[in-house]
Amino acid sequence: MDRRAVAVTVAALLVALTALLVSLTRGDYPMPLSDVLTVLAGGDGATRRSAYVVLDLRLPRALGAIAVGTAFGLSGAIVQRVVRNPLASPDIIGINAGAAAVAVFLIVVLAAGPQTVAFGALAGAAATAAAIYLLSRRRGVTGYRLVLVGIGVTAMLTSVTAYLLNTANIYTAEQASIWLTGSLAGRSWSQVLPVVIAVVVLLPVALRLAAPLRALELGDDLALALGVRVERARAALLLTAVALAAVATAAAGPIAFVALAAPQIARRLVRERGLALVSSAAVGAALLSLADLAARRVLAPAELPVGVLTTVLGAPFLVWLLARANRIGRTG
Amino acid sequence: MAVAVLAAATAGSVLLGNQAIGVRTALGTWLHPDGSDVQRIVEYLRVPRTLAGLLAGAALGVSGVLLQGLTRNALAGPEVLGVNAGAALTVVLGITVFGVHGFGGWVWFSFAGAALAGFGVYALGSYGRGGATPVKLALAGAAATAFLGGLTTALTLLDINTFNAYRYWSVGALTSADTSVIRTALPFLAVGAVLAAVSARALDALALGDDMARALGQGLMVGRATAALAAVVLTGTAVALAGPIAFVGLTVPHMARALVGPAHRWLLPYAAVLAPIVLLAADVLGRVVARPQELQAGIVTAIAGAPFFVALVRRRKLAEL
Repeated sequence: MDRRAVAVTVAALLVALTALLVSLTRGDYPMPLSDVLTVLAGGDGATRRSAYVVLDLRLPRALGAIAVGTAFGLSGAIVQRVVRNPLASPDIIGINAGAAAVAVFLIVVLAAGPQTVAFGALAGAAATAAAIYLLSRRRGVTGYRLVLVGIGVTAMLTSVTAYLLNTANIYTAEQASIWLTGSLAGRSWSQVLPVVIAVVVLLPVALRLAAPLRALELGDDLALALGVRVERARAALLLTAVALAAVATAAAGPIAFVALAAPQIARRLVRERGLALVSSAAVGAALLSLADLAARRVLAPAELPVGVLTTVLGAPFLVWLLARANRIGRTG
Repeated sequence: MAVAVLAAATAGSVLLGNQAIGVRTALGTWLHPDGSDVQRIVEYLRVPRTLAGLLAGAALGVSGVLLQGLTRNALAGPEVLGVNAGAALTVVLGITVFGVHGFGGWVWFSFAGAALAGFGVYALGSYGRGGATPVKLALAGAAATAFLGGLTTALTLLDINTFNAYRYWSVGALTSADTSVIRTALPFLAVGAVLAAVSARALDALALGDDMARALGQGLMVGRATAALAAVVLTGTAVALAGPIAFVGLTVPHMARALVGPAHRWLLPYAAVLAPIVLLAADVLGRVVARPQELQAGIVTAIAGAPFFVALVRRRKLAEL
């Protein structure tokens, strides 16, 4: 990692930390920063009420935003790097659609609670990813085939989700629809902790696995000649990326465009040809914690699901990205 | 042959369902209306539904041929190019922001959305080096679908009534159209069909490549514009009529091509006959498999069509047409 990458990472983490602190002080029960810090330090000066608000209501959500953002950013960076396509991200290639279909099934048909939904989403994402990977295998997996198969699978799963939404009563369906948009509202420790653990465990794993990736970026043929086990390196990395995206989606729903945008922003800031995984993860954390803070406060006291915000901001970025990628001929 | 199968599919669509009706009973109530339940089912439910399937199917099949011919892309179709998602977004916009209701209002929004999304995706996909390759177009379409779909979801979250209307519409069902809607749709479809027929020659010329087509003296711009307009009108009407139905526009042209070869003057009519067969068959299947509930036609086509799309993608050469 060069100095620029370190600087970008540190700056992104500072932004995320600031967003975290701000989001701990703001809300229906505003609190000065000093009180928040007292509570966080475990001091006795804080009232029980502020301790409850900070530790049980706001901290899990704010930390959840950072963890989920990190997971999405890292996952997106890995997928984009392996597939060598800036548009390949878990939300475009269909992993999220699988998580969504299972989650909506659980919400609508079985009236399951958040824990079960999270588990189901995890399983759905994993199964879909495996299916897409196997379907696009044919003497190895090429990037574009992975993306195109993902598009087909997404179309199918989306229509299953639409059907399920139709069979439910309107209130259940709307609840499911909010889940589909992605929201961090009301997340508790039991939902956030798995994401934190996954990030802590999988970040080093990803870095270790990505070490031989430089060779991969030279193209499959050259990598083969250099003796990189292309297929295996790819599969292991993709598996890590899917696990990250799945855990994050299970906790917060399929929040769109973070996995896609974070690596691209990081890459531009770092000005490196390759994708810096750590910087992407940090940028993801910064993006999502800012977005969630905005989702909470823009229309206060009403709240937006954070996924609405990321879509509205992320989509134009995606279009710009695509136009750029086409212009320099790196899409196909 | 194909026409006979179409007739059979039509009959099946009228007769089969939650309550199966005999041929003689159906004919009897039609010739001598007796006000019975069966007559009402046939007149108000089955016949409009079947007509909607015929019209929307034909429109989707023809627009699929047009889109694939225009973009010379085997993966083109209204669902892949983001046209469905565009129409969905503008229809929802129409409902929430402008308060339009009913087909007459929707159809214009559906046109606008289909056109904007279609041209936008094509512009994006053909931008830059190499022109519009299948992969670039499909990616642009996927990106647009993610974008437009996200906005649509966001809009529907604002208002529970819109959400309710949208969720029924979004599966792609033939049941929402009644006779008056179908009557309103007919002129649009007629215009689309004429435009499609006119553009057949131009599309054949385009298939030879731009240079060749120019050498043959075809007005490329005019031909392209006519075909594009026809595709927009047909897709927009079909989406307004039956909601976003996936994979009919994509798969049917391939079937037609397998039957009659690549000449558009044959492809277009064959697609117009084959696509309603597919759509009606999907609709009937959806009624039969999930009794007493129903699977909407759009669900059936998506579940059956996706493997076809994947198979196309897996072919060794992603043929540009």
